[in-house]
Amino acid sequence: MTDYRTVPTVCPYCGTGCGMLLEVSGGRLAGVLPQKGHPVSDGTLCLKGWAAYEFVESPRRLARPLVRRDGKREAVPVEEALSIVADRLRDTVERHGPDAAAFICSAKCTNEEDYLVNKLARAVVGTNNIDHCARL
Amino acid sequence: MSIKEKARELLEGEVDGVLGYRLAGGSHLPHLFTAADIEEMAGDYPAGERYPLASIVRRLQAADPGIRIAVVARGCDERSLVELFKQGQVNLGRTVILGLACEEELARGCGCAVPYPSEILEGRRVEGVPDDSLVEKMDGMPAEDRLDFWLSRFGSCVKCYGCRNVCPLCYCKECALDDAEMVERGRVPPAQPAFHLIRAIDMAGRCIDCGLCEEACPMGIPLRTLYRKVGRVVEDNLGYRPGRSPEEKSPLAVLGTEKDLE
Ligand code: SF4
Ligand code: SF4
Ligand code: SF4
Repeated sequence: MTDYRTVPTVCPYCGTGCGMLLEVSGGRLAGVLPQKGHPVSDGTLCLKGWAAYEFVESPRRLARPLVRRDGKREAVPVEEALSIVADRLRDTVERHGPDAAAFICSAKCTNEEDYLVNKLARAVVGTNNIDHCARL
Repeated sequence: MSIKEKARELLEGEVDGVLGYRLAGGSHLPHLFTAADIEEMAGDYPAGERYPLASIVRRLQAADPGIRIAVVARGCDERSLVELFKQGQVNLGRTVILGLACEEELARGCGCAVPYPSEILEGRRVEGVPDDSLVEKMDGMPAEDRLDFWLSRFGSCVKCYGCRNVCPLCYCKECALDDAEMVERGRVPPAQPAFHLIRAIDMAGRCIDCGLCEEACPMGIPLRTLYRKVGRVVEDNLGYRPGRSPEEKSPLAVLGTEKDLE
């Protein structure tokens, strides 16, 4: 039988933290409802919140890392992509200094992940060039 | 018998699921219960935690036309189901209404003409308190002031589409508000008054006056008043009030052949 349940969570898009219910049906994310009585958003959402479920199953979602080689994008394993990024980052910082690098973290990450990006930028690389998509 | 007791009984074979509210972390969350988890069903129905249950019934039946659902329904939930039925979107024959009458305070807050479903299982029936005072106030204003009033409200619209998304009567696969020819992409606030009037006209003969749109509007635009006005035009001219009875024909289905607008 078709099932239907809702899971309360916080909108992944910006720093406001609106309350939303994810609608789950037939093993899929079927929609979003604004959470009534939520202390931040009290039953309202903006356009991004209302559409927050759409990217999960979007065919345009990047499901695997792609690396551009000779003008063509190739799918590579995550480990390989991370080593390429690390090598290029190290190389850039060695040649042009730490401020040649910038970091952008995401509202779709956990607090802890964003904290680690902050540490990586300031303590490891040594730049204050760090920003977050929630400020856009 | 309380709604929960009735739900438990129906799940013994008459229905496959009961759509109601599950209490979690102090919130009432829409949930389709089966015999396995019916004990988690909330036994109270706070006025501030209403959700478009009729839309959920419509979507569940679309996914599985054989499903038999019982649904907790206030007056407005039942009106939504009735109107959706008339538009071929809900199978009332496979839907059991678990009627919930609204308390007086809620009925007053909603200015609701019929704050109860046709059969009440739980709650005490209070008389309707239709509140057309805002519509009347608007009607009494000079046309220019009225236009100014609405344009100033529409100007605060953040184009979240919440009014449409939450509306139990909005089910079109292709919505005029998504049509780039009708509503320019990327423009906020949307063109005035076109955006809001497109929706108002689409709600004529459909809006069952649940007020969920107004509750979902982050900008506090008095949408319910707008849709009440178009609803009144339809009622005055065609004698039709959406959601009233499954037998009545909707003018949307007969317009042009059986009735003529002067
Ligand atoms: S619109 Fe009427 S039936 Fe619906 S919640 Fe308000 S008072 Fe109850
Ligand atoms: S009151 Fe608003 S949400 Fe309810 S049926 Fe009318 S337009 Fe839709
Ligand atoms: S809910 Fe309010 S702000 Fe959102 S699109 Fe509708 S009128 Fe505009």
